[in-house]
Amino acid sequence: MIKVQDLRKSFKVAKRKAGVAAAVASLFRREYEEIHALKGVSFTVTPGEIVGYIGPNGAGKSTTIKTMCGILTPDSGECVINGFVPWRERQRYVRNIGVVFGQRMQLWWDVPVIDSFELLREIYRVDCREFKNTLTLLIDSLNIASLLNTPLRQLSLGQRMRCELAASLLHSPDVLFLDEPTIGLDAVSKIAVRDFITMINRERQVTVVLTTHDMNDVEALTDRIILIGKGEILYDGGLTNLRSRYTLNKTMTLDYDTTQSVQPDVHGVSWLEWTAGRAVAEIDVRKTQVSKVIAQLSECLEIRDITVDSMPVEQIIVKLYEEHRI
Amino acid sequence: MSLDMNLNTIANRNPGKLGAWRAVFRLRLICCIQYRIPALAGVVTQLFWGIVSLLLYQAFYESCPTAAPMTFSELVNYIWVQQAFFALINIWCMEPELSGQIISGDIAYELCRPQNIFALWFSKMLASRLAATLLRALPVIGVALLLPAPYGMTFHGDGWTMLLFIVALSLAALLNTAIIMLAMALMFFAPTPAVFSAVAIVGDFLSGLIVPLPLLPDALQRIAYILPFRYGADLPFRIFTGNIAGCDAISGIGLQLLWLVLLVSAGKKVYQIALRKMVLQGG
Repeated sequence: MIKVQDLRKSFKVAKRKAGVAAAVASLFRREYEEIHALKGVSFTVTPGEIVGYIGPNGAGKSTTIKTMCGILTPDSGECVINGFVPWRERQRYVRNIGVVFGQRMQLWWDVPVIDSFELLREIYRVDCREFKNTLTLLIDSLNIASLLNTPLRQLSLGQRMRCELAASLLHSPDVLFLDEPTIGLDAVSKIAVRDFITMINRERQVTVVLTTHDMNDVEALTDRIILIGKGEILYDGGLTNLRSRYTLNKTMTLDYDTTQSVQPDVHGVSWLEWTAGRAVAEIDVRKTQVSKVIAQLSECLEIRDITVDSMPVEQIIVKLYEEHRI
Repeated sequence: MSLDMNLNTIANRNPGKLGAWRAVFRLRLICCIQYRIPALAGVVTQLFWGIVSLLLYQAFYESCPTAAPMTFSELVNYIWVQQAFFALINIWCMEPELSGQIISGDIAYELCRPQNIFALWFSKMLASRLAATLLRALPVIGVALLLPAPYGMTFHGDGWTMLLFIVALSLAALLNTAIIMLAMALMFFAPTPAVFSAVAIVGDFLSGLIVPLPLLPDALQRIAYILPFRYGADLPFRIFTGNIAGCDAISGIGLQLLWLVLLVSAGKKVYQIALRKMVLQGG
């Protein structure tokens, strides 16, 4: 159970104009600017849930995650996870959480992966038999058996990320925080990481809080998203819900026989593009149904191919950003 | 096959109180051993520095043999112990893996471990120093013993002296790790290695790691004897050479212990404060 209540955090950042003169001036007098990274963030996550925590760069995602991991101390507000206040009882609390920072490394660069795992086992004092079982599960599901004896520096980014994921779960945590776990990964590695998160959530009921910029990650993993912008929660709820709120239009692309040259007039359809053999239209689903439109069109057109798309989630998010001016 | 073997060797080791420490030490040793060239270069540096400084001091000693505060043979031993255990007790070589974490923010991961950062880093640093020393000390001592008189290393003391030396050297290793931990903590407040270097060079000089303390001017010596730095190098070296013995050696070790307790508690407090105020940007 994760309960976050009115979390606030601000940073003081030295402000300086460009140029040598400004640099010299700043040697003597510094101006600071206060940046409010979190302005009263609240949400709850139930055990076994997967939540996508999304927002543009600099919105406060990582600050929230770091606070929830006990790394940062907030200015005010409450946060209780597994019965602990993370920053107050850090050492005891972190025993039951796993963390992956996609842009940082926790494994040792120069030694084989298995040696880093061994160190983590010692740090978390994991019982030998239990460790062996967990490791076997992780090795199988992440397909890293062949990587374990290779020094980290010789692995590709995708291979490394799979090992990092394994490293974060060696002590069988109940809660897993993933801060951009798919950053920089190719399609195959992304899918491997997603499948693994789904698996670990299903098999071990691990609660997952995930930040990402890839909406496909979120769509593949969960329906619940929390959208944060400029330190405030803008939306907390289902992705489907959000989609139905914003996608009132569907886009239809037609390939048809060129004999017809006049745009047919169909209720609820506005043509965006009409060239010989290809047409793109927007269907307003409040006025009509997609099936009706297709039926009507097939009467007057020789349709070769047809695709209907909803607005991609990315665009919905962009719309949300625009709405909230972030 | 090798995976099963790995799993089995791991399964046979039970996590104990010193488990994490042992694992860190093992990793550090692996890191040090697998890179042969830095290890070899370290030995060569130490030998070169030792021989050059001996030749230099010899010139001074020959020009004015009576004024010297320590005999040339004491000096020779001082220099060789200094060079042999340089990796263990130097204070200008900060652990780049750890200081890098402060600058890059990778310390985030360390904070996700169920351990006290001060304790974890202290053991990491000590482990890497021990590992590096294991590879350097023996070759340096070996060569130093083989060198012809008057440049060769000799040991005139008894078992008691050796025991005192080992105790003082071990405490010195802990003390200097504590000093580096404190100097490194400065980087939380000003994330640049420059602040560290400033502390390190002063400490290095006042500890007797550059010039043996008895050879310094009186005024500087008086300052050096008040500060903790000399207990991390000068004291064990001079116990080894026989320059400090008996009650002086024992009271010296007592003061060493006192400084160690003081600096470790200060370090713990400073890390606590630094981590509470820490700002982690990006990612």
